[in-house]
Amino acid sequence: MTVQFKPAETFRDTFTYRKSPEDILRFPFPFPEDEYMYSVNIEPHVRGGPTAAFQAAFDIDEHYIAECRERERVLKEDPKRCQVLPHMMAAEWDSLELIMESLAQDYPEHFSLTKAGDLWTWVNRPLNIHQSFTFGKAETLPCGPFEYITRQAQGDFTLQDQRDDNLFVDGGMVTTQADWSLEFDIGMSFHEWHGPVPLAHEKGVFDRALKYLLRLQCGQPVRRLNWTMTVNPRLDTSPENYPVWGPDKASVTPDNVAEKVHLRVELQTLYRLPRSNAILFGIRCYLTSVADIARVPKWRRRLHRVLRDLHPDIAAYKGLPRFRQTVLDYLAPLDDGEPTSKGIAPDTDVLAG
Amino acid sequence: MTAGAPLQVRVRDIVELAPSLKRFSFEPAHGGLFPTPPAGGHVMLTLRDGARVMKNAYSLVSPPMERARYDIIVRLVAQSRGGSDFLHRKVAPGDVLEMARPVSLFPLASSAKKHLLIGGGIGITPLLSFLPEMKARGARFELHQLATGEEVPVFERLLAPYATGEEIRVHGGGRAAFDLAGLLSRQPLGTHVYVCGPHALMDAVTGTAAALGWPRGKIHKESFGGATGGLPFRAVLRRSGIEVEVGETQTLLEAIEAAGVAAPCLCRGGACGECVTPVIEGEVDHRDDFLSAEEKAGGKVVMTCVSRARGPRLVLDL
Repeated sequence: MTVQFKPAETFRDTFTYRKSPEDILRFPFPFPEDEYMYSVNIEPHVRGGPTAAFQAAFDIDEHYIAECRERERVLKEDPKRCQVLPHMMAAEWDSLELIMESLAQDYPEHFSLTKAGDLWTWVNRPLNIHQSFTFGKAETLPCGPFEYITRQAQGDFTLQDQRDDNLFVDGGMVTTQADWSLEFDIGMSFHEWHGPVPLAHEKGVFDRALKYLLRLQCGQPVRRLNWTMTVNPRLDTSPENYPVWGPDKASVTPDNVAEKVHLRVELQTLYRLPRSNAILFGIRCYLTSVADIARVPKWRRRLHRVLRDLHPDIAAYKGLPRFRQTVLDYLAPLDDGEPTSKGIAPDTDVLAG
Repeated sequence: MTAGAPLQVRVRDIVELAPSLKRFSFEPAHGGLFPTPPAGGHVMLTLRDGARVMKNAYSLVSPPMERARYDIIVRLVAQSRGGSDFLHRKVAPGDVLEMARPVSLFPLASSAKKHLLIGGGIGITPLLSFLPEMKARGARFELHQLATGEEVPVFERLLAPYATGEEIRVHGGGRAAFDLAGLLSRQPLGTHVYVCGPHALMDAVTGTAAALGWPRGKIHKESFGGATGGLPFRAVLRRSGIEVEVGETQTLLEAIEAAGVAAPCLCRGGACGECVTPVIEGEVDHRDDFLSAEEKAGGKVVMTCVSRARGPRLVLDL
């Protein structure tokens, strides 16, 4: 099925972002069970999976053009949202190669890549880009290779260098983030940048995840889902812009809760890169309003139960306390108490309401 | 980590470089291109000699930008477990083999100010894949290859495409004549050293560098040809309810696989930690580079790919 892009929709001010029925059903709903706790929930990133969001290496959906335009706006306002330390140049080219080849293979109707030796030609039809360049020669692109290709992909990306049996976040393109800052975190080690997360350190989650990721191999990417909740379909919820979006949390009322509050899911993917031995970390953000979630019976039951029983430390870390009860009051009457199936699939191809 | 689907590769050509050295070039058996291989990476070939199945790891000598073919260089070893003998004598152009996807356990450091590469004999192989990558990065480097006198010209020919100055040297005078301490002493701060070759050379480089105060994270070695077999023993797989005989030239992992038990593994060279298996009973002869000294002394786990029993019997929770 050909995706109908919606280039004019907005993720700020007017918030004209909306999801088609197909786009709701392909949402990577983050809860495989009726309760939630931190774990090393990493699995191989193989094609297929419970919703259509898992069918490509780097998922493209109906919001592609609008998201790329939003990224361009954020970068214009704050160029430091994209930074890569100088020793990561090989990882930049690795990333460009991986993303271009994956997009061209998964979406031949939108992207193509042709090569004559080191002379590559990249065509991005949705964004109307036609670029010839020499692989390995950064001066033949309008900007650095990592910035160049991640301006044309949905979701944030970071680059992790591996040294001294640790991972260091030594680069990134971060404009659609859930309240963390690349400018603050750049250069940090694995445990440093995960420092603020509650409960998981004590459970040994980060020790085990780091060991696993240090052994990550080329051609065998892995993925996990992470989540939070965001008021309004705002992609750029950065610490830098907290004065802009923080007050939104106080705007939730019983009348507007279903449309205003969004479940924010990150489909996180990790790729070992061949030349640099770095890891490319994709953080692909999906926003779905509580009203849209409520159109899938399994998802509305489960979201209600997860939020109701969520550990208070996790709720506080994710910034939910101001509006959690309002969401619960909306969802509780929609939860009929029926059991839910394991896994995240919607178990329906028709939306209610 | 799950293993990706193996590659089917066709032998494209075989070139004899020296009486005991052959370069094998492989292409994808079903057309197309190989995945971009990691610099310093290696592949594992499944070699089927009649009923006997051997799995041998070889460093790729071809660089990341070369995707039409993967090249390896194989030395025919007198004490071969069968793999190099099979490749040298029985494999011919056109043959199709199974190859596990390239794995990287010996990468180039991104933050190095300079790379110092030291190879011994066939240990030159991963260094050959580093050279084009270092050139592409514009990185500063120095390479020293140790060789027996008669093989000096062989290695000089292999290195010739990259030798543009004084940074590449082949030494035929034996290790005693090679001033390792002097070489390590005169490196600028921020240099990383990489060594691949016989265990004695790798121990000498890592030991000398450590004694000179090099930080551990700047010393890199590839495990190469370490598992040399030993006395036969019996392994009891408690959960599977079977017992296997591990022969003199066979690894514990190979014996387990031959019995049809799916055991975890990745590098098959004692480096990655994937095959760590709990030990219920018996003493372990640890030969890996992965477990800490405490874990080895504890004797509660074994890495089946390289380690063996120090005695007649080992009981595993497998």
